[in-house]
Amino acid sequence: MAALKRSRRMPGILASFVQIDAAADAIRALRARGHRNLVVYSPSPNHELEEALNHRVSPVRLFTLIGGLTGCAAGFAMTIWMSYDWPVLVGGKPIASIPPYVVIAFELTILLGALSTVAAVGLFSALQGKRGVAYDPRFSDDQIGIFVPAGSDQTSAVETLLRSAGAVEVRHEAA
Amino acid sequence: MAVVTHPTTVSHDTQHIPPMTHAEVTRDVVATLGPASRGYVLLLLGAVSIFLIGILTFLILIKDGLGHAGYNPPVFWSVYITTFVFWVGIGHAGTLISAILFLFRSPWRTAVYRSTEAMTVFAVMTAGLFPIIHIGRQWIFYWLLPYPNQRYLWPNFKSPLIWDVFAISTYLTVSTTFLVFGLLPDLAAVRDKVSGWRKTIYTWTAAGWQGTDNQWRHYSRAYLYLAALATPLVLSVHSVVSWDFASSIVPGWHGTIFAPYFVAGAIYSGIGMVLTLIIPLRRALRIEHMITEYHFDNLAKLTLLTGSILLYAYAMEYFIAWYSGNTFEQATFFRRAFGPMWWAGWTMIICNAFVSQLLWFRKIRVNITALFVISIFINIGMWFERYVIIVSSLSNDYLPWAWDQMNPTWADWGILAGSFGWFGMWFLLFAKNFPIVAIQEIKEMIPMPRMRGGHH
Repeated sequence: MAALKRSRRMPGILASFVQIDAAADAIRALRARGHRNLVVYSPSPNHELEEALNHRVSPVRLFTLIGGLTGCAAGFAMTIWMSYDWPVLVGGKPIASIPPYVVIAFELTILLGALSTVAAVGLFSALQGKRGVAYDPRFSDDQIGIFVPAGSDQTSAVETLLRSAGAVEVRHEAA
Repeated sequence: MAVVTHPTTVSHDTQHIPPMTHAEVTRDVVATLGPASRGYVLLLLGAVSIFLIGILTFLILIKDGLGHAGYNPPVFWSVYITTFVFWVGIGHAGTLISAILFLFRSPWRTAVYRSTEAMTVFAVMTAGLFPIIHIGRQWIFYWLLPYPNQRYLWPNFKSPLIWDVFAISTYLTVSTTFLVFGLLPDLAAVRDKVSGWRKTIYTWTAAGWQGTDNQWRHYSRAYLYLAALATPLVLSVHSVVSWDFASSIVPGWHGTIFAPYFVAGAIYSGIGMVLTLIIPLRRALRIEHMITEYHFDNLAKLTLLTGSILLYAYAMEYFIAWYSGNTFEQATFFRRAFGPMWWAGWTMIICNAFVSQLLWFRKIRVNITALFVISIFINIGMWFERYVIIVSSLSNDYLPWAWDQMNPTWADWGILAGSFGWFGMWFLLFAKNFPIVAIQEIKEMIPMPRMRGGHH
């Protein structure tokens, strides 16, 4: 628990960019040199950054699918089971008549699909969140940030790379 | 190839992008959250006072029972159910704009979707109160939920009323989730601009959002799926509401056209409310440069489309009533136009089917004053549409000797007014405390500066 609450600051270099293509170039150059654990901040999602980072598609979609299917199954299971649990004939219809139950199953598909999608984003953000990584308020405004985790032996090389790519500011983060 | 810049083409292609930088977008939207003006405080006080009228009426209803409302046999569904359908319908435009137009990649939605989505949540929240007010014994409302009661009875899942419980609660949950989820990056942007106790509040509400590559990767995907789930949901909700009526055999209710007719009407009424809300709002919050003539033109086109669908549906209802050869159906529709409630019937037809046809003219579509006036007509017309459908059909239902009229009383009007106060209060509070224009999505449209010129 204590480790979660008070995590150490991660040593590395935080660079700010104003130009989008400069930031994308820097990401490609860093990745080519073997820096994989980059954290890239941007005020909005951006295709150029995504292409440079070359991430896999988010696994959130799997949770949407599982949530939706669970909701659908739960909707049919609940209505059919409850109909047989106390069988009452209504309007000469079968005890469990599927067409009206489609409505309930549909609503629960949407409900659980949506909730599990949001829960998945929370889960992945918690699992993949890097605690103690430096941040700057300008990254939610109009700048792009790149954090490169680096030990003291790598810092000067990384800084040179970032500056030549067009970083407007480079900051050293000590542990 | 030589680059030919043609002024009209260029402005047409980029008119959805406000001519601003990223920093200006943050600055201008954060400025809307500043200290409240006197006008805002007066509006909020007005909304709260009207809401208190509703609270007072409701307390009297709880104490004495529903007898104060204008129920009169055979009319046991009247103003409360009318207002329930009205508010559920209002919500639909918000989800259409935020989810369906997102899937269609319609760029004009970006500037207005946050305000319409907030409208959706608060309208459905308002609507949800009405079945509870209407049941009379509010303290046992949970009988609607499927739980094992002491006699081990379950709800009747073949009843559209129980479908409605599921549809409305799902709609409220999913649209609230969608709104809050979309707010996260914007709350982070506000957090990084303000100071003091406000920073503490936005730090908590932004839930640790930093806009990292991983957060955006999951967020963008999730947003897409939420939009894809909300799209069929919104179409289903008003269909289910329409089946509350259509699956009975009351003349005037028993129509297969009801589901699409209700969905079109819902979106039409919702856009009416959107116009009523954002025309004063954009001036009060000084965001006229973000919500422009271009957005109103598009909103008006959507109003024209749904209004024309309503015109068709009204015509079809009358046509089928005549063509069916069913005497009761024919009599019901004759009475709608020439019976004791003729004034309500014509209010509905004129405000909805005819007033919307004015929007064929671009001059009217971009005239903000005209749009505001039309939006008021839409709000009135759509409330009366539900009133006509519900009350005029029920008052002449099956046995002619049992037929009777109903007249709304102070208890009906008090609750109706209170619902506007309640809705207005939440909307005003939202507009002052949360970014009413989606900061992040506006930024997504504005190209960031480049080191090398030109587009990629």
